Amino acid sequence: MINQQSNNRFFFNVDWVTILIYIALCAIGFVNIYASIPQVEESTAFNFASNYGKQLIFIMTGLVLGFSILLLDAKFFSIFSPIIYGVTMILLLVVLVVGRNVGGNQAWIPIGSFRLQPSELAKFGTALLLARYISSFNPKLNTLKPVLIAAVIIVVPMCLIMLQPDAGSMLVFLSFMFPLYREGLPGYLLIIFWGMVLLFILNLFLSQWVLISIILILGGLFIYFNKKKHQRMIMIGIIMISAIGYLFIAKLVFENVLQPHQRTRIELILGLKTDPKGAGYNVNQSKIAIGSGQLTGRGFLQGTQTKYGYVPEQSTDFIFSTIGEEWGFAGCFVVIGLYMFLLLRIVNLAERQRSTFSRVYGYCVACIIFFHVFINIGMTIGIIPVIGIPLPFISYGGSSLWSFTVLLFIFLKLDSNRMGFI
Amino acid sequence: MDNLFNRKYVIQVLFIVVALILLGTLFYIQVASEKYFIAAESNVLKKIYTFPARGVIYDRNEKPLAQNEAVYDLMVIPNQVKEFDTAALCRIIDIDMKRFARNFNKASAQSRYQPSIFERQLSVQVYATLSEQLSRFPGFFVQSRTIRHYPDSVAAHFLGYIKEVSPLDIQNSEGYYRSGDYIGKSGVEKSYETLLRGERGIVNMMYDVRNVPKGSYAEGRFDTAAVSGDRLISSLDLKLQKLGEDLMRNKVGSIVAIEPASGEILAFVSSPTYDPNLMVGRSQGNNYMELLKNPNRVFNIRPIQGYYSPGSSFKPLDALLGLQEGVIDPSMTFNCPGYFKVGGHTVKCEHVDGNIALRMGLARSCNTYACYVFQKLLTQRKYPNQRVAYDEWQKKVRKFGLGEKLGIDLPSERNGRLYDAAYYSGKYSKYWNYGTVISLAIGQGEMDATPLQMANIMAIIANRGYYIKPHLVKAIGKNRVIKKEYVKKNYVDVEARHFEPVIDGMQDAVNAPWGTAIQSRIDGIVMCGKTGTVQNPRGKNHSVFIGFAPRDNPKIAIAVIVENAGYGSTYAAPIASYIAEQYLKGEVSKYKLAQVAWMKSQVILPEPPKPKVKPKPKGTDSIEKVTTPVLPDQNHTKSKPIQITQ
Ligand SMILES: [Zn+2]
Repeated sequence: MINQQSNNRFFFNVDWVTILIYIALCAIGFVNIYASIPQVEESTAFNFASNYGKQLIFIMTGLVLGFSILLLDAKFFSIFSPIIYGVTMILLLVVLVVGRNVGGNQAWIPIGSFRLQPSELAKFGTALLLARYISSFNPKLNTLKPVLIAAVIIVVPMCLIMLQPDAGSMLVFLSFMFPLYREGLPGYLLIIFWGMVLLFILNLFLSQWVLISIILILGGLFIYFNKKKHQRMIMIGIIMISAIGYLFIAKLVFENVLQPHQRTRIELILGLKTDPKGAGYNVNQSKIAIGSGQLTGRGFLQGTQTKYGYVPEQSTDFIFSTIGEEWGFAGCFVVIGLYMFLLLRIVNLAERQRSTFSRVYGYCVACIIFFHVFINIGMTIGIIPVIGIPLPFISYGGSSLWSFTVLLFIFLKLDSNRMGFI
Repeated sequence: MDNLFNRKYVIQVLFIVVALILLGTLFYIQVASEKYFIAAESNVLKKIYTFPARGVIYDRNEKPLAQNEAVYDLMVIPNQVKEFDTAALCRIIDIDMKRFARNFNKASAQSRYQPSIFERQLSVQVYATLSEQLSRFPGFFVQSRTIRHYPDSVAAHFLGYIKEVSPLDIQNSEGYYRSGDYIGKSGVEKSYETLLRGERGIVNMMYDVRNVPKGSYAEGRFDTAAVSGDRLISSLDLKLQKLGEDLMRNKVGSIVAIEPASGEILAFVSSPTYDPNLMVGRSQGNNYMELLKNPNRVFNIRPIQGYYSPGSSFKPLDALLGLQEGVIDPSMTFNCPGYFKVGGHTVKCEHVDGNIALRMGLARSCNTYACYVFQKLLTQRKYPNQRVAYDEWQKKVRKFGLGEKLGIDLPSERNGRLYDAAYYSGKYSKYWNYGTVISLAIGQGEMDATPLQMANIMAIIANRGYYIKPHLVKAIGKNRVIKKEYVKKNYVDVEARHFEPVIDGMQDAVNAPWGTAIQSRIDGIVMCGKTGTVQNPRGKNHSVFIGFAPRDNPKIAIAVIVENAGYGSTYAAPIASYIAEQYLKGEVSKYKLAQVAWMKSQVILPEPPKPKVKPKPKGTDSIEKVTTPVLPDQNHTKSKPIQITQ
């Protein structure tokens, strides 16, 4: 009797709107992967060996996976989060030894015909442990020690992933900054961090001396308007000096630490170099495909750039170019709209949680998806360097689809249990 | 903690801002900018051209002079080539392994996925053998296209030739021509290129990223079919042209025959000539180099590029201008003691005829008579001085088509040479008069004319006062269009009545016992003409005849020049008479056939040029200066008299 009740409550409490968005995105992914298969021969028969056939299997198994997570006890994730984190870190080490090298990255562990990508698992492993740490210790994130502990939780997987090296997956871990911010990390730390990123980019774009003069002029103006406030003047002085120092170090890092192909990528994206047939080829072709879709797109299976293989890696990282070409701006608007709806929904679901664990985890989920969407779409339209990360739920690939499914459904499970305490 | 709760808005605003950035960028590249759409089309679309048949060129009786013949190119798609018996293929198309490797590498370098020409222009026999065994050679196939064929091998200079376009041609055409296209390089093939080439067909094909064709674009809605080139009906008479070329065989010179009433050129012979079929096909390049070796410059188009002193053929103009100006009348006589003297210049005459009037003066080609008329023209009272008189005179001469291009529909026509008064004033300051330029009176000195210009003078006389620009194409396309400029009458401002006395003289030259070309009389046809012997400082004199026939309602005006052949009456005049007879009667009289055969068999070639002669620029456009004019040097008043023979 009680069991019956709890089952009813379970289905009643799960946020079906999110699940519908999830299914919609998966379906959009399937349709566009189907369209992305280069037309080699006319074959009308549905083929499970092809990418779209496999993706259908991935989606089905993903749904099974997701619903089985809903059947688990919500406490499981909180309790086992350190172990899950630990296991994913070990897997990240294992992949460095037994991993298969694909495209210069040692990111996959082959298990039979299936390929496991530990960096995908590390995302929710880290999210879970971060949530557990904040919910258990209720740390004050405006003090040094908790920030360092949180930073360690995030930076360890980043370093391990960087050894593969997989810059794209590594960068996604920066998204954990936003849940921390929500939980009390001082805003100025974020501003300093992103300010440094901005300066790094400007440093390549403008002459160093122009930048230094700008900093000096801006700083001078601030000091002038805060004459009476000595403490602020000193602060501004310190910021100015460290900013200028940072400029020199950044230049040094860029020229001596980064690998040439990384440098080229960054330069290409900033428009410092033009090379439509070299490293910029993918982006250029992707932009052409998306741009040619115009307002309403060429129509399903009518995209010439897609059909005739002009965009490389089209069913995986560049799947958005298919959407852009065949469905046009309207299609892009719908997809981005769905993502926004999903993200805002998750944030609002997270805010209604009683447990801190669920809230922090929810923010982690939203921010990870946000980073993926932003970086991936930004890359296909040429406003972000080519960083190979998939578009959540849409890009071809079992590993990525399942890890996003698990990521999302753990949160849905936590949310369905929001009345209880974890 | 209120503070922290508000942070959820910060994060949501961040999401929305980023989404708007993405959408804004998307809006720009998808909706606001056409650039990417165009780039996508150019990625996928390629225009495949289909080639039209080149326009056929006919003679005036619509017998083909230039037509098209199918040839077969062996094509290869390198990535489709599998292991095969290379030796067998080489044997069939008759190439060695070295050439095979070279061809294959060249094709591979062009594209691995697209067809390139492997071996050009296989003969029909090779094609037949090859097509039976083609399945043994995967990746190879045969593509047919058409090349020029000249069934009678005549009129090479008139037809010109076509050749694959050079990079410069492509550049000059502003993208019309593409590598591998053919273009007319000389002759009618060049001057009527835009009509002959037709319109290429375009098939818009879609290609995938590896350049594999994927079918036509938009169901071929934007495709166009090839349109064959316009046919040209030339003014040439095939039989006449052939006879002319045969008569000029092993001689150097020109024959130009014009239908006076229409300006249509009936025969256009430049000798030495070549078989136009040599300039077609695989050995075009080799043949061209071989022909270039001929010391007599095969590619000179002598009728429009050869410079000759008009000599005696100029004398009718003296008389015509004299009559028109009223300085002479047909009965006025001048005394010919065998020479004409002015200042220190002496112009010799071959005879001593005493008092001589217009008719006899022309029939006997009297230099003295011509000089007197010239003197009278340049010493007219109405002009302030002789320099002005000269300038008026040369303007009138230009009306006869001398000194300027006539505007024939062939490229590379030359002006000829005739100077204005300013030239002589520049040379002699004020100190010159008719005596200084007296040799112009007899068509010598600083005056050159092309054979076409000489023939045109005859057309003017035949027409009694006008000419229509001589041209080689009388009708273009199905509608038989003719260019406007080739129907317009150009008047020379000499009244028709003045022509009759002049024509009398020219009639006597051929038909009277005292005429200079009496041997070339045609039975039943009154031909009017003049012989000339043009001095050639580099060898034997050139033999010249100009004339028209019949006297009334003339059908043919003609100029014949045989270089280094001596007297005009020996070679040029008989040749002209055979041509005129052939055209007017349809055949040459039976009793003259032996003469015709003898004429064809004559070999009159100049001595090989001395090695110290500086090399002339190569190419078909290079011009040979045939005759250097002899000008009396004003510093040597006792200079050697000009030798004019007739
Ligand atoms: Zn005389």
